[in-house]
Amino acid sequence: MGKLLDVKDLAISFQTCFGEIEAIRGISFHINKGETVAIVGESGCGKSVMSGSLVQLLQMPPAYYKSGKILFQGEDIVQKSEKEMRDIRGNKISMIFQDPVTSLNPTMKIGKQIIEGIVKHQDLNKDEARKKTIEMLELVSIPQPEKRVVQYPHELSIGMCQRIMIAIAMVSNPELLIADEPTTALDVTVQAQILDIMKGIQNKLGTSIILITHDLGIVADMSDRVIIMYAGKFVEEGNVMEIFNNPMHPYTGKLLGSVPRLNMSRSESLHSIEGSPPDLYKPPAGCPFFDRCDKAMYICEHNMPKRNYHSDTHYSCCWLNCPMAKDTAEGNEI
Amino acid sequence: MSKYIFKRLLLSIITIWAVITITFVLMNTVPGNPFANENRRIPENIYENLIRKYGLDKPKSEQYITYLKNIARFDFGESMRSDAETVNEMINRGFPVSAALGFEALLISLIFGPILGTIAALYQNKTPDYISMIISIIGVSVPGFLMGTFLIQFIATKFDWVPIGGWGEFRHTILPSITLAMMPLAQISRLMRSGMLEILNQDYLKTAGSKGLTKSVIIMKHAVRNAILPIISILGTTISNLLAGSFVVEKIFGIPGIGMFFVNSVFNRDYTLIMGVTVFYAIVLITMMFLVDIAYTLIDPRIRLIKGGH
Repeated sequence: MGKLLDVKDLAISFQTCFGEIEAIRGISFHINKGETVAIVGESGCGKSVMSGSLVQLLQMPPAYYKSGKILFQGEDIVQKSEKEMRDIRGNKISMIFQDPVTSLNPTMKIGKQIIEGIVKHQDLNKDEARKKTIEMLELVSIPQPEKRVVQYPHELSIGMCQRIMIAIAMVSNPELLIADEPTTALDVTVQAQILDIMKGIQNKLGTSIILITHDLGIVADMSDRVIIMYAGKFVEEGNVMEIFNNPMHPYTGKLLGSVPRLNMSRSESLHSIEGSPPDLYKPPAGCPFFDRCDKAMYICEHNMPKRNYHSDTHYSCCWLNCPMAKDTAEGNEI
Repeated sequence: MSKYIFKRLLLSIITIWAVITITFVLMNTVPGNPFANENRRIPENIYENLIRKYGLDKPKSEQYITYLKNIARFDFGESMRSDAETVNEMINRGFPVSAALGFEALLISLIFGPILGTIAALYQNKTPDYISMIISIIGVSVPGFLMGTFLIQFIATKFDWVPIGGWGEFRHTILPSITLAMMPLAQISRLMRSGMLEILNQDYLKTAGSKGLTKSVIIMKHAVRNAILPIISILGTTISNLLAGSFVVEKIFGIPGIGMFFVNSVFNRDYTLIMGVTVFYAIVLITMMFLVDIAYTLIDPRIRLIKGGH
């Protein structure tokens, strides 16, 4: 399996009148062909900024690439011109968004919104494009596609709209699909349908998926690998088994602990993580989770922990997991 | 749909009836009548003859009924002050002139208003935005008589080709239509700017971007059509205002339009003319409102009329 996407030390900031907001602070990861990687984190941790940056779909300015590379099929996205990006967006990398209803143009017919992307990237005439549209609608299991193409978004259900979004994203058979909280706005039953459709398409076409979410249930169901993001940094990465069975970072542990379970007794209250994420105007020098972590040590406040590998695929950024930390357990100062 | 149109038509007739009644009452509560002139007294017997000729000696209720009957046949009667013409003839003569001028003004404001507004929104808080904002502030706040006079002073007197007034050829219409267009142009560009700013933050523009479309296609195909909706809602009033003519602009540029009658008829207490012009204006306004509602449903499918209502 070759690397489809290789992000190296990416940093993105926003220039505002109050100063610089460091939304993404040096992240590195890669996506292999055909795999699903989930990026999990709470609201405001930079998930959506990161996903937008992968296709230069951020408002620039105020956003700008501070450093790093985004190598897609060996070419650096950061260096690409707007014109080159237009050939990548919707063609090699597609996106679907959180709210399907607001993500579709309310005054344009469904068919037209799909055809737009087909005509842009493929050399098809009108009839062929229309045929392709119907095919796409069938691919996302929309009943009566001939009828749907002449309808408007408000005539469809929200789950149907999200399927349309997937159809729009998949028209050119992209290498990479970035799904930015694709099921957050949907009912639970509809969520399952949408996830099934995404999985089906992935099996059929071999698309890689970046799944951005804060729903750990979906992560377990969908993804091969999981990345935990906090305050613009990756704090832990591993495959699904490693993350769910053996979380090494305290934040991951707390995230898993705050998932409500059906077998919880009534008297048990839901767990939540005290406090709020740090202000990214002045990001902390040390571990960003420092002030919410009950295992925090002196070093956590002032020094950023490095990656500590627990296996080939599993790392965490926490001083507790530092090889030297064993010494502290024995009472030695670092 | 046909049921909706029928309902609308019925409502229009009721509205016009209300307009007639209110105008009739207001007109008759103003003291005096068309022939009572303090400065130029006419002999008693002639005065009485005139009153009898136009039926003003009859009870008010009977006059009201007669008016209603005539208006139902689109017969607005004879003008009480200029005997040579009927009110219908006067409207027929004046309206095409006003409408032609109004149409030109409408075109100007409909073409340049959205363009200005879109540019302003795309370059929010930059120079193009400020320029278009200045233009629309001028448009809203400088009254027509000032704008007209300025244009005559600084354009008509400098360039021979643009006359200072009169009517007949296309060049006669240039200055008055610009004057007339300033106000709606300003309103439209303001609405377009705010509509556009709202639309530019919508998710579906992000979707359009993620398809790889160019910025100009995104703006033209996805943003403008949605941003234009609020403009359509003011268009009914704007169009009828423009078509019905402007007294001020017509006076300044010496244009024989309907706007002049409107004002003169009130000063002269020319009952039939007041009534005729008012009802005519009401019909134009209601028709325009109706057309605008239809246009609205064509542009925004979300409010498309469902069978038997909306």
